[in-house]
Amino acid sequence: MAFGPHLLLATLEGLVTSAVLALMALGLSLVFGVMRVVNVAHGEFYMLGAVLAWAVASAFGGHPAIGFLAALVIAPLVVGAVALVADRLVLKRLDYNPEATIVATIGLLYIIQQAALTFYGADARPVQAPFNYRISLPWFGYSGYKLAVIGASVALLLTTWLVLSRTRVGLMMRATQYDSETAQAFGIPVGRVYAGVFAVGAMLAAIAAVLIVPTSQAHYLMGRDPLLLSFIVVIIGGLGSLRGTVVAALLIGVSDGIISMFFSPTLAKIIATLVVAMVLVFRPQGLFGTSAR
Amino acid sequence: MKGDACKAIALHVIVIAALFALNFVLPPYHHGVLARVMVLAVFAMGYNLLFGYAGLLSLGHAMFFAAGLYGAGLPMVHFGWGVPGAFAAGLLAGVLLSAVIGLLALRTKGVAFMIVTMMFAQVGYLLVYYFGSWTRGDEGLVIQQQARAIQFGATRLDLTNPVTRYMAALALFAIVLIATLIMVRSSFGRVLVAIRENEERTRMLGYDTFANKLAAMVASGAICAAAGAAYVILFGYVGSTFASIQYSILPLLWVLLGGAATTLGPLVGTVLMFYLIDGSGDLLKIYAPGWNISYLGIVGVALILLVLFFPKGILGTIRDRWARWLP
Repeated sequence: MAFGPHLLLATLEGLVTSAVLALMALGLSLVFGVMRVVNVAHGEFYMLGAVLAWAVASAFGGHPAIGFLAALVIAPLVVGAVALVADRLVLKRLDYNPEATIVATIGLLYIIQQAALTFYGADARPVQAPFNYRISLPWFGYSGYKLAVIGASVALLLTTWLVLSRTRVGLMMRATQYDSETAQAFGIPVGRVYAGVFAVGAMLAAIAAVLIVPTSQAHYLMGRDPLLLSFIVVIIGGLGSLRGTVVAALLIGVSDGIISMFFSPTLAKIIATLVVAMVLVFRPQGLFGTSAR
Repeated sequence: MKGDACKAIALHVIVIAALFALNFVLPPYHHGVLARVMVLAVFAMGYNLLFGYAGLLSLGHAMFFAAGLYGAGLPMVHFGWGVPGAFAAGLLAGVLLSAVIGLLALRTKGVAFMIVTMMFAQVGYLLVYYFGSWTRGDEGLVIQQQARAIQFGATRLDLTNPVTRYMAALALFAIVLIATLIMVRSSFGRVLVAIRENEERTRMLGYDTFANKLAAMVASGAICAAAGAAYVILFGYVGSTFASIQYSILPLLWVLLGGAATTLGPLVGTVLMFYLIDGSGDLLKIYAPGWNISYLGIVGVALILLVLFFPKGILGTIRDRWARWLP
């Protein structure tokens, strides 16, 4: 293949990564923005989504689309329920203290990994895509499913944005994010908003995982790299800023795709991580965020 | 106050003497375990200096341990350096790395500090793979037995011999324990605690908080690197696992369990956690076969229970309830 088509392929792959990354990072960013909690277990919610997708899809027979659609509904709901329980049992009792919750979510990370290892095992297992349609471009064929993933992600991002900016629930969330004490004084059930946001954040990660798992495989350690990448995205985009998160996901996803195709993937990760650490040191509000309050 | 100082010093002398005595009574397996635990406890003490006393929660201390590990291990394997030179190289690597990381990371606070240190540690971990032809990645390097010895004129200290190895680990442990005790009782240690309690106020009192935090970071990095260098020299293995995030979490867990900001807490936490994972592994294999319960589940449950119900750890609670004099 010549350079041009190569670049196109890398860009397409990068866009798929960006789509998934944006969903996952959005969950992380919501949780941090509203609750001021850095959820280190976010990658494990993603892993749990993929593992549950495998479990649901293999429980349903017939056409792969049936199992996949069932997984797309059931897996995020289960993951959301797990997050809700974690919030009530652990985070709430810690009073959402930033340092204590980090330690607690590290614990949660290990517990979820252990649960997956115990009940799912150490093997990587595939999930069938709901449809197999290859779009033939002049230079190579490209999976239609991957393009559908991009579409689904865009739709979900738009929905989240609409909910946040146009509905009463979104208003409550924004009020809590801006000033939780005043919100409480105005009768907003801050405790329930926190629980809801934590669950929704986890569900976004789970949806991202269900969408991407047909193109990769479900494995109990698969949450680590996406966690780091979504941290990177959230930091570059500015902690708690939705628009910044999406722009940063595009930037990181596409550049990761292109750099990994032409250079060593390890080097790409090293550079990205180092750049992000420097951003956090010298511009803590992120590249696109407004200055911190 | 004078009596309290005597009690504290007496306690530390007793602990070191007890560890010395244990050398002669422990069965071989536990003898080997304790040698390893003492080296890891040094790592935890380094972590405790920064986390417990200065109140800076780092999630990247694996990089300092790994700096010592690779700083000492690589010259031994590739250039055939002797033990003293390799140990010095490991220590120097830790000091330089912690100074650079400190200068950068200490510009941030709280949550940002945790993430920045985690990211730098991740870069370190990836670098181990990037230079795989030198480090051999997760497969790691084994140091030859004959290289792990010190020559003093005519006498040769063979560090692969269990007793010598135990004594070398104890010597390092004792030196670091006493150094920590002196440090935290000095005015430097008091300033660190003041920074932990209220940084703004400490600055108002005229202390340069950044310089003090940087000094704490370098001291902590040096101690962790010393532990890493000792680990590779005494146990003869370097691998990328030691640079992974897991080895940034473990010292946090050990310190939380034993009691943050107590000089002996790291040792207590490391010993208990080691035997908890070791012992429960056997029990779970008998009572819950096929559940594949590894360190993951135990570490996870321990972290959550500690932070929920026991945030001061064992010695921290004892100090609060019964022994105010505990350093």
